[in-house]
Amino acid sequence: MQTPRSFEYERATSVDHAIALLERLGPEARLVAGGHSLLPMMKLRLAAPEHLIDINPLVADLSYVRVEGNEVRIGAMTRHAELLASPIIAEHFAILTDAEKVIADPIVRNRGTIGGSICQADPSEDLSAAFAALKASVLIRSGTGERLISARDLHVGPYETAVGPAEMLTEVRIAIRAGSGSAYEKVERRVGDWAVAASGAWVQMSGDTVADAGIGLTALGVAHFCSPEAEAVLIGHAPTAEVIAAAGAAAASITNPPTDQRGPSDYKRHLADILTQRAITRAVARALGRN
Amino acid sequence: MTIIEETTSTTATSTTATATDTAALSPGGNPMGFGRMLRKEDVRFVRGKGNYIDDVKRPGMLHGAILRSPYAHARIVSIDTSAAEAHPKVRAVITGATLEGLKLAWMPTMSYDTQAVLATDKVRFQGQEVAFVVADDRYSAKDALELIVVDYEPLEVVMDARKALDPGAPVIRDDKEGKTDNHIFDWESGSKEATDAAFASAEVVVAQAMLYPRSHPAPMETCGMVAEMNPVSGKLTLWSNTQAPHAHRTVYALVAGLPEHKIQVICPDIGGGFGNKVPIYPGYVCSIVGSIVTGKPVKWIEDRSENLMSTGFARDYHMKGEIAATRDGKIVGLRVDVLADHGAFNATAQPTNYPAGFFHIFTGSYDYGAAHCKVTGVYSNKAPGGVAYACSFRITEAVYLVERIVDCLAAELKMDPAELRMKNLLRPEQFPYTTPTGWEYDSGDYPRALQMALDIAGYAELRKEQAEKRARGELMGIGLSFFTEGVGAGPRKHMDILGLGMADGCELRVHPTGKAQLRLSVQSQGQGHETTFAQIVAQEVGIPPEDVEVINGDTDNTPFGLGTYGSRSTPVSGAAAAVVARRVRDKARIIAAVALECSPDDLEWNRDRWSVKGDPSQGKTIQEIAMLSHSSLELPDGVEGHLDAQAVYNPPNLTYPFGAYICVVDVDAGTGQVKVRRFIAVDDCGPRINPMIVEGQVHGGLVDGIGMALMEVIAFDDAGNCLGGSFMDYLLPTTMEVPSFELGETVTPSPHHPLGCKGVGESATVGSPPAVVNAVMDAIGVRHADMPLTPAQVWRAMQGRPLRTDLAIE
Repeated sequence: MQTPRSFEYERATSVDHAIALLERLGPEARLVAGGHSLLPMMKLRLAAPEHLIDINPLVADLSYVRVEGNEVRIGAMTRHAELLASPIIAEHFAILTDAEKVIADPIVRNRGTIGGSICQADPSEDLSAAFAALKASVLIRSGTGERLISARDLHVGPYETAVGPAEMLTEVRIAIRAGSGSAYEKVERRVGDWAVAASGAWVQMSGDTVADAGIGLTALGVAHFCSPEAEAVLIGHAPTAEVIAAAGAAAASITNPPTDQRGPSDYKRHLADILTQRAITRAVARALGRN
Repeated sequence: MTIIEETTSTTATSTTATATDTAALSPGGNPMGFGRMLRKEDVRFVRGKGNYIDDVKRPGMLHGAILRSPYAHARIVSIDTSAAEAHPKVRAVITGATLEGLKLAWMPTMSYDTQAVLATDKVRFQGQEVAFVVADDRYSAKDALELIVVDYEPLEVVMDARKALDPGAPVIRDDKEGKTDNHIFDWESGSKEATDAAFASAEVVVAQAMLYPRSHPAPMETCGMVAEMNPVSGKLTLWSNTQAPHAHRTVYALVAGLPEHKIQVICPDIGGGFGNKVPIYPGYVCSIVGSIVTGKPVKWIEDRSENLMSTGFARDYHMKGEIAATRDGKIVGLRVDVLADHGAFNATAQPTNYPAGFFHIFTGSYDYGAAHCKVTGVYSNKAPGGVAYACSFRITEAVYLVERIVDCLAAELKMDPAELRMKNLLRPEQFPYTTPTGWEYDSGDYPRALQMALDIAGYAELRKEQAEKRARGELMGIGLSFFTEGVGAGPRKHMDILGLGMADGCELRVHPTGKAQLRLSVQSQGQGHETTFAQIVAQEVGIPPEDVEVINGDTDNTPFGLGTYGSRSTPVSGAAAAVVARRVRDKARIIAAVALECSPDDLEWNRDRWSVKGDPSQGKTIQEIAMLSHSSLELPDGVEGHLDAQAVYNPPNLTYPFGAYICVVDVDAGTGQVKVRRFIAVDDCGPRINPMIVEGQVHGGLVDGIGMALMEVIAFDDAGNCLGGSFMDYLLPTTMEVPSFELGETVTPSPHHPLGCKGVGESATVGSPPAVVNAVMDAIGVRHADMPLTPAQVWRAMQGRPLRTDLAIE
């Protein structure tokens, strides 16, 4: 039995209703989706929102993975387990399937949502780096309309996003690019633990050359969860062992990982290098159909 | 957690004909004695019908919560409880000052130290109990904690045990008159002179310092109590998830001055103990006081962080070992110097004469000339405890020391670690064997167990595979360990806790229809006592296990005994159960003889009946005899009616289970991640009463051991903050971190136990950590790095810069 502080509970029936509740209840109100970040903090009394707005009734509207035009759209209330099981995701964005396999455990994945995860903006959260590598966009709704921003711009800092107090993230969009491949590599102390460090790579190949690339870094103290420096090393070059090694080194060079019980910073910086190399290698193989 | 079983069970011939034969089936389809059967208690557990401490509800029950110190070391300047007392749902706020008035602010520990119930002068570890709130519900109790204002004056902390005895170190226990340092005890075993002499003439000496870091038993169910003082009868009823209900009742009587016959301790189902539920915790005393003060039942249940941060930890042994040997690998001596971090109060629960537990069994399974150990206990600003987590009274630390340093010696001698062990293992003909530190190992065939493990593993093939992988730059390691356990404390003349000799009572009562009740003093925490002990009765007296109700966990309805820890249930109470069953059988013989109009000497026992020698058709079953014992049958002079017996079993010696373990790991050379690929465990615990339960115990212990080797640690930062206060920080292994276990079995019965059984509860926890660490060191080619071998630690060890794991990573 857990004993959080007392709070008021509201149940939203639509996105508009949820936003209206956020506007009315003010900054001490919090949306709860899967609840796997917020509720543990409430249990420990580290978080004590006055109001919880339950948006689980919005699953009917906001849980989907579908292809529209040349992009894949993922509803914010899509559960991790659904993303993991999605054949559309497996076909186009193996990085997400890779990442979902190592996010928490089945119990959390059955309940936790995509939108909740990236809005929590935990520096150790995996999907933020994966979406950054994929150069995805996110759709944010407010009482007056909606706006589309880059997933990389969603993250303002640790536990801080560009989503305003009376706004709600509703969708993630990812462009389908021909000849691309992606992969995610993570080191954790134990299944279900947060990442010690992780790296995600997405590449689009043009013949033997990398035409475009995205590198996402998790738990490594990197702004916006990405490494444009490593991307620059790859783009326009054949992904030889030397180039990949240089990209790994470039990724590691921009990291500023905290030393904590998951490991010292020198180890995490080393992981940034080696995991980036491994992720690029697998992403290239997938792009070239050599998986 | 589910573990996929893959059991390679190879039963070797037992050296005596004990009861290992497969019994005939009972009417319920169970073995009529020893053998595999489903656990009787699981009928309720798998249906969600277990009844745990938090399921206990009493009329008018209130709820307690504890305010804990945020500081590791601080002087309490003032405590203001007025706002909490003004909370509309609060019934009482109890502080150290309240308890001082009752002379209960301090209580004795099981190591003859004192421990604060609620802090009065200072707090001495983060999470220490400062105040107790009793409220109408648990939410309000927790809310009220936030209304208590405590003014602390922080003090310098002692978090590094290696600095605890430095001159000028802050004195933690200034409550003890004249105390000017943090020293608790010095303790030695073995002959220093003989050992020094062996080292002086040794051809090879290898030294290795190693830490067995602080870990936590982390039972699934946390500690708790419902205390109900009946103001009219003066009877105090305590629903408590203790592993030692009788010992606790006596301690409450001594601590609180309450009459012992007016205290009843009732243990409902217990969700794991592992030694965590042996000590008396401040929360228990507070619950009792809360009930006395309010006149209502008071429930107190720890949350997870409280359990991890404040209750009985395990290990925290800083060990410096040295091993001496001849150049060709004959071990001639071992010595070890230990710094033992006991936390803020010396509250370890172990036999009085052994302040370092059974650590002096550290010579392990080998034949030595000489050995010596010195253990120094110190205070630190950490939670009290020390003997827990299936450590078998510190044999875990001892086995880790010897099995690690034997591998260090093998590396030094460039000798295969299996060959080195085989060369030095005690030989069967040496038993009974007295070790250089005075233990008398009762029985064993060690080479046979090690050979079986090597055979199951395919050791030569593994070494070949390893060489091939190494040539490709892949890291694979093979680690061995061989352990000798010592379990089943007493005998009472050597072993007591707080003066209570370690012997166990037991009572068997057979009803007229032949159904029976067996009353135990030991307390199951999930080990399967209701099944195992019923099988003992079935084996000895022929009553089907489904017809034997095993009763434990109610001090008003069971005989006195010391409880379940140190793997002592089967070695001590199992023997007691066999004794009472045999007494019933002997009495049944007299009754049968009367009924059959013959002499008892003319009867022979045949599984469930006494029958006339040479004429099996003339006999009486135990059920028939039970009815006769209650009937009008005229019994001989001096033979009373009814069919029951009682006994107190005082073990003549410990029993010494042993085993050979082999772990195979793959290590990612780039990231340091360890994958345990295989684990082979050959255990010898004597005859197995229920092999399925034994295998479950072994599986659980292996998971524990892999967890300790790879991920579990309670570390502290330099301000004294506990860095393992939740399951996000204190990692326990899951099914994903462990392989399918490969088990083997040899049977060497204990010569002094009535059933030959040796106990098995802690064998795998004791034996497995060194096998895992040895495997990882073998893979990465490093002499030593301390547990837990997290990916970061393995990588840093490969860089030659291993981390200090008891402190915050720097």
